[in-house]
Amino acid sequence: MSNDPLFTRRQVLRGVIAGAGAGLLVGCDSLSQKERFINVLSIGETLNQRVQRFLTGDSLAKEYSESMISPVFRANGSTNPQTDEYLAMKANGFSDYRLKIGGLVDNPLELGLDAIRAMPSRTQITRHDCVEGWSVIGKWAGVPLAHLLDTARVKPGARYVVFYCFDDYGDNGGRYYESIDLLDAYHPQTMVAHSLNNEPLGVPNGAPLRMRIERKLGYKQPKYLRMIEVVDSYAAIQGGKGGYWEDNGYDWYGGI
Amino acid sequence: MSSVLIESPSDTAAPYQWRTILRHRWPLRLMHWINLLAMLAMIGSGLQIYNAHPALYWAEASHFDTPIFSTDAMQRDNGEIHGVTQIGSMNMDTTGVLGASRNSVGALESRGFPSWATIPSWRDLATGRRWHFFFAWVWVLNGALYIGWSLLTKHLNRDLAMKRRDWRAIPRSIGDHLKFRHPVGDAAARYNPLQKLAYLGVIFVLTPLIVLTGLSMSPQMDTVLGGWLDFVGGRQAARSIHFMMMALFVAFAVIHVLMVFYAGPINEMRSMITGGMRIRYPRGTAGQSAAASESSVSSEENNHE
Repeated sequence: MSNDPLFTRRQVLRGVIAGAGAGLLVGCDSLSQKERFINVLSIGETLNQRVQRFLTGDSLAKEYSESMISPVFRANGSTNPQTDEYLAMKANGFSDYRLKIGGLVDNPLELGLDAIRAMPSRTQITRHDCVEGWSVIGKWAGVPLAHLLDTARVKPGARYVVFYCFDDYGDNGGRYYESIDLLDAYHPQTMVAHSLNNEPLGVPNGAPLRMRIERKLGYKQPKYLRMIEVVDSYAAIQGGKGGYWEDNGYDWYGGI
Repeated sequence: MSSVLIESPSDTAAPYQWRTILRHRWPLRLMHWINLLAMLAMIGSGLQIYNAHPALYWAEASHFDTPIFSTDAMQRDNGEIHGVTQIGSMNMDTTGVLGASRNSVGALESRGFPSWATIPSWRDLATGRRWHFFFAWVWVLNGALYIGWSLLTKHLNRDLAMKRRDWRAIPRSIGDHLKFRHPVGDAAARYNPLQKLAYLGVIFVLTPLIVLTGLSMSPQMDTVLGGWLDFVGGRQAARSIHFMMMALFVAFAVIHVLMVFYAGPINEMRSMITGGMRIRYPRGTAGQSAAASESSVSSEENNHE
């Protein structure tokens, strides 16, 4: 007489919702592992770079008053490099440190810290945004990269500036590196910084020198700077994507 | 009118008749589903991005000791971790969902939002960002098309805009919702005033806010968005507002789906897939109605038995 359904309507509904949810999750996970799909997704980054650069032009990052400086400038990523060459330099207070500037330049440079501190400098209080989402504000002093590039006399055909670092992030034998194009390289706030909050740059924040590229996220502003190379392409350097994190799936633009 | 609300399935002389009308035109239906897809992708990947630093602040920079909201893992004396969600000065144990949840092999791990809520399910900020920015573009372009289409076809003006009679009908509409009273006739083919306000709020308040606060997390865009950033209280405040808008979008979607079930899930789903919607008219009034004759794809009369 009674025709009890195999499943109640509520059970069916629950099953459908749970099934659809699980299906979505499995689908997204499997798509996330397909290189071709990820390449399609990165169209978003290309659009970000084109549109955001078009909208912003040469505009400057906001500079803050002294009262806005964060009590502690949070250090992230490498905070205490253990590579032999870095430890040796650190042991004698970076006195034999030389920043090399080479590649597509007419006048390659090797500069000690005293020479760099004697160069025309710029001071700026800016906000540092980590790709993880947090922000801190710090006061930087350093030499505009434009001045160093002009001194080294960049050759025609140059397109990118590559920064090589001392730290071995990920402890895999590779070295941290990053790259920007000439637009960002010649931006007035792009500098080789030697001091933070009126003190010589400390080890957690990139001693003796780090880059400040104020319109980029933190990972695009390398610490523990060893060498600057002007190139026409970064395709042959390490993973070929233009930076340590880029080789690990992050976008080269790094502006949002 | 109220007599039509009394219905009995065995009543052979039902005091109403059914018509199928074209409730939503195809561009709107298409844009609706693209919107849903993009939003799901953005919420999942957005929670992945949030998980990279599962705390929100209210200022220009992060005051790490005083977040306004955080979902962290804490360690007990016996070494076990548990999830703690903090809102202002309030702390709640949310182990299993927020702060600490089980990974694919069943072990508790430190995680802002659980793996079932993030894209991808494992911790992968780089991939989450790719998803987020791609679907942000899909969502924004789809939204721009929707606004353009709505202006062009007068959908916005005719169907969504609050008219004087809508404002006056708000108290009655609240009563209808509370008493589970379904509209009949032409009213069933229109948005009710509460529905209009919800849609207008999503389109003209939540959407601009979530787009602008999203953009103002970009150090590049902030070089031209300084005034806006000052207005909302700084970059970290913008990040917090972005998150809150997401929560409001989720709340809207939950209520939206509940309303679909309340109004009749099969009929409502069909109206957003094929466009056809069956509407009950008090007997003798169908056909006279402007809305029904204007957009009718097929008209039928039966007693629904």
